[in-house]
Amino acid sequence: MDGVALITIFVLSIFVGFEVVSKVSTILHTPLMSGANAIHGVILVGAIIVTGHADTDVELWLGLVAIVMATVNMVGGFVVTDRMLQMFRPRQSAAKRSDA
Amino acid sequence: MNQTWVQLAYLAAAICFVLALKGLSSPKYARRGNALGAIGATIAVVVTLVAEDFDHMPAILVAIALGTAFGVPAARRVQMTAMPQLVALFNGVGGGAAAIVALVEFLSVGDDSGLGALTASAFTVLIGSVSFSGSVITFLKLQGLMTSRPVVFPGMQVLLPVAAIASVGLAVGVIGTRSIPMIYALAAVSLLLGVLFVLPVGGADVPIVISLLNAATGVAVAASGFVLDNVLLLVAGTLVGASGTLLTLLMAKAMGRPIGSTLFGALSGSSTLGGGEASDRPVKSLGPSDVAVMLTYAERVVIVPGYGLAVAQAQGALKELVDLLGERGVEVSYGIHPVAGRMPGHMNVLLAEANVPYEQLKEMDEINPELPTTDVVLVVGANDVVNPAARTPGTPISGMPIINVDQAQSVVFLKRSMRPGFAGIENELLFDPKTQLLFGDAKDSLAQTVTALKSL
Repeated sequence: MDGVALITIFVLSIFVGFEVVSKVSTILHTPLMSGANAIHGVILVGAIIVTGHADTDVELWLGLVAIVMATVNMVGGFVVTDRMLQMFRPRQSAAKRSDA
Repeated sequence: MNQTWVQLAYLAAAICFVLALKGLSSPKYARRGNALGAIGATIAVVVTLVAEDFDHMPAILVAIALGTAFGVPAARRVQMTAMPQLVALFNGVGGGAAAIVALVEFLSVGDDSGLGALTASAFTVLIGSVSFSGSVITFLKLQGLMTSRPVVFPGMQVLLPVAAIASVGLAVGVIGTRSIPMIYALAAVSLLLGVLFVLPVGGADVPIVISLLNAATGVAVAASGFVLDNVLLLVAGTLVGASGTLLTLLMAKAMGRPIGSTLFGALSGSSTLGGGEASDRPVKSLGPSDVAVMLTYAERVVIVPGYGLAVAQAQGALKELVDLLGERGVEVSYGIHPVAGRMPGHMNVLLAEANVPYEQLKEMDEINPELPTTDVVLVVGANDVVNPAARTPGTPISGMPIINVDQAQSVVFLKRSMRPGFAGIENELLFDPKTQLLFGDAKDSLAQTVTALKSL
């Protein structure tokens, strides 16, 4: 893809990023930060691509380290965010859960 | 890699991410939003794995399994009180991964890459490394493995800008010369820059730094999208970078401090740099049974919880006390400061964990007008967020909005010791005639108060 197209996508994404979180309430600051944190774990895609094309041992090992780190970021990030949000469940369902 | 179906799958993942952020901004759809984000990320990874016939496939899968084996148990087992540092750590490894991705791409195609991709590589290595080392220092501060107070040493005012200029200079050098040793030097200096950047940030400001570093990792991931010509990385990274920047500004606003003084205040001597020593001025202390009597005969009670509550794991004991008071007809609510705990909204998570009804939680702006007509305020493990010093100029927390506890009829502090709060400054309210202190572990104190209350 040519540079101008990439820059176009980049600029439009900035606006979308600002817009989607502009009305967040204070209560959700922490889960939102944590969820956004998990989303940038998608760097895993990049780590897989560079590792899959590695020609030397140095590139391979660095790439594998990046995969481990990115996976921790992505998977751990979504799990911990879900745990936080679990606690915001409405009262009834929380009571049901402790009955079960 | 650039087949149409791969690009369409990436588009689907990008839509998931936008909807995830949108969902996470509203209480009702937050959990669904997070699940949608996870689905998007899974689609992206699976499509990437099958789109091309990669070398080293077994090793790649083992690395992914290893990362999952680290990440999931850490996320499952972490105490909710320790969650901010886990988020910081997850953010750090993400930033580190972005830096490594750009580094490896540079090593393999350095000589053939265009100026744009080369610039993006140098930039990703710089920002990713800063985010990694900065997050590690944040983790160490929050985990208590190093002091949470600002660390400033002589020459730091000079060293920080020098490191910043050196890393930008090295980045330009990398772009100009395509030298491999130079990109390693860039990574090393950027790591140092991250450390120097976070060291002088003190106590109460650490959450803002986590948020900022989170946005920085997003920007690094976006730049890696330019490096690899990958639209998904570009979109996902930019979304996080932009929303994270806005979130950081919102948090700084909630604390009433401009972002600049939060980050560089200690260097100019005006940040949360406090003494941290216990005072020996006289205070009025009282016992658990006195507290029980005060609370029972009050009409309206407001609880102001802080991080000390979380450390003592006293949420359950506190809820028991509040329920008992409610049974006796006392009107009780919680006054939640936006930055109570270690991250904005952290206290809401902790109290929700203890099944405290949502309606009892009142935000600062809602509770402040009610305080003059409140009989007793019970401050549990909080300090800075009720410190009237915030109203007088020239103190480390000046300008931070506080809960006006000093306007209530009487105040009871549950405190472990006379040591000042996270910001490290003394609280005049402790010496006010209407203030009394119950010393001890918050959980024990609350349990004893509950016992005393039951026998009344």
